[in-house]
Amino acid sequence: MSFGILFDATRCIGCGACSAACKESNGLPLPIEDRTTAYTWTVVENRSGVNVRRLCMHCLSPTCVSVCPVGAMRKTDQGPVVYDADKCIGCRYCIMACPFKVPKYQWDRPVPVVGKCVMCFARLGHGQPPACASVCPTGATRFGDRAALIREARERIAAEPGRYVDHIYGLEEAGGTSVLMLAGVPFARLGMPDNLPNEPMPMLTWRVLSELPDVVLLGAAFLYGVHWITKRRDYVRTVEGPAGTVEPPTMPGGDDQKGGHP
Amino acid sequence: MSVMARTAPGRERPHRSPRIGFWPVVLTLLVPLFLYVSFVRFTRGLGATTHLSDQFPWGVWIGFDILCGVGLAAGAFTLMATVHLFNLHRFEPIVRPTVLTGFLGYLFVSLALLYDLGQPWRIWHAVVFWNPHSVMFEVAWCVMLYTAVLSLEFAPVVFERVRLVTPRRILLAVNTPLVILGVMLSTLHQSSLGSLFLIVPEKLHPLWYSPFLPVLFYLSAIGAGLGMVILESHLSGRAFGRELEMELLEPLGRAMVVVLGLYGLLRLDLLVKSGAIAQAFRTTYEARMFQIEYGLGVVLPVLLLSIGRVRRSRNGLVMGAFLAVLGFVMHRLNVSVTGLERASGTRYLPSWMEMTVSVGLVAIGFAVFALAARFLPIFPERAREPAALAPEERRAALSARG
Repeated sequence: MSFGILFDATRCIGCGACSAACKESNGLPLPIEDRTTAYTWTVVENRSGVNVRRLCMHCLSPTCVSVCPVGAMRKTDQGPVVYDADKCIGCRYCIMACPFKVPKYQWDRPVPVVGKCVMCFARLGHGQPPACASVCPTGATRFGDRAALIREARERIAAEPGRYVDHIYGLEEAGGTSVLMLAGVPFARLGMPDNLPNEPMPMLTWRVLSELPDVVLLGAAFLYGVHWITKRRDYVRTVEGPAGTVEPPTMPGGDDQKGGHP
Repeated sequence: MSVMARTAPGRERPHRSPRIGFWPVVLTLLVPLFLYVSFVRFTRGLGATTHLSDQFPWGVWIGFDILCGVGLAAGAFTLMATVHLFNLHRFEPIVRPTVLTGFLGYLFVSLALLYDLGQPWRIWHAVVFWNPHSVMFEVAWCVMLYTAVLSLEFAPVVFERVRLVTPRRILLAVNTPLVILGVMLSTLHQSSLGSLFLIVPEKLHPLWYSPFLPVLFYLSAIGAGLGMVILESHLSGRAFGRELEMELLEPLGRAMVVVLGLYGLLRLDLLVKSGAIAQAFRTTYEARMFQIEYGLGVVLPVLLLSIGRVRRSRNGLVMGAFLAVLGFVMHRLNVSVTGLERASGTRYLPSWMEMTVSVGLVAIGFAVFALAARFLPIFPERAREPAALAPEERRAALSARG
């Protein structure tokens, strides 16, 4: 079963209990900042008069997992995208590439690591929901099986079409995310990117990377062929050279000289 | 012969001493500053040193030191292929300084990476923990392997100096596969530096985003790499009182016209097809940067270098090469900085400490090159190399030999 989180912006009252619970559960230092950082993994922002949570979307095909050169990011079977700080070398490609701008860095530390929401995967292992979902007083953040959450989201939209825009954010964006969102206004106005392809982002680079073995084999064969031909041409020239009349060494600049090798 | 070689430049002392005096002064000023910044970087972290942030995690150390450093070292694999695979042996005299420049370029890149990585002492993790889906993983491996190849390609020069005959002979025996390996590794990572940015179609400005970024990076690296060969010959010519090998560099200028022209046309074609070309003629920040980059760095050098009279003049050739290299640097900085600013919601300008590291590393590169040129046989005994001489001298040399 793959877990997910359904966030319903129309139910969020902006109390910030999710942020506080996140800090406590993940042992993060206070204070709760007003935007996500390496030390604050989720916040409630007010955009266009709407309360909207910022947290890792836990993509189904995560960009951060694909770009990390040392495999420090991993998509677990249960849904969370987790981070192994012991592997991370600090190249910050995940921060640069994430379509939702989620991973953050400890810029203030000499030995920094990345910080991001990990859907409390340790709690999941003990059969508990993520801290944010367990403390939400209004049910704006719900945790459960992703497929079941999608059904629930569809039912909510169908039951109150005036309350929601007809869009489950995260159903298809960037190939789909484990975190889903509902809102009463278009998601672009809530600061969520609306220009993401529905194809998983890692395909953009994999299409090129998967061709490289062919490039190497064909390229090497081609280069060796060129070398073979030009070398033969040189050889023929040196063999035939002395047989004919002695070349006048005055030919104007061209690759006509013999014995270029030192 | 050697007497002739030493007297040929003919302007030894008076020109040399002031320059040799100038650079040590710059270096002495730079060294304490560089050490101070290094201290701050490794004791207090990236935040205290750079203007990087969560909004703008990659700055000038990636955009200039790594993207440009690797690209400008592309002359090495291009010339190695030209001489050893296409067997155009007349370019042999400029191979050694170019391979040395390439090798130092990659050392420069590796050093810069140690400043940029959050935890540089873990740089070896890329060898142990694999992720073949990551472009950066591939770049890391290729850069690592190619630096090894470059050191093997340059090693015969050192062996020659210290008279190690057998290792030199072994290396020369495996020269062809080594060169092919070097060209393939270069092809991979030169293009992959562009692939790094394929993953951000929604962030990179349409004037620079293209699915063909890897091809553009590859072509522009070859063009700029050749430009660097010309500039490097020019600079070392001034520093060591050597004549410019115009009859070798002029054809490189011609090759630059072809490669840069191809690059420029492909770029234009992609912009027209994606429809982004309309944005090039606006007055936005991005449009201005694009106009300067493309006009000054692609169109102008192609025009200049395609005029035979300009290309054959020392100043014209050097100017064309300089503009092409400048355009190349601008392109890489535009892809990695300018084109990402709007989506990031912030502006990024490097801090003085970031600049100090970049300038300092370049200076170290120059200093090491100067030392190597003094103690190793980088520049050939020109008289032994008839092709490297001016036609009249060549005639004389050849008749003397025959």
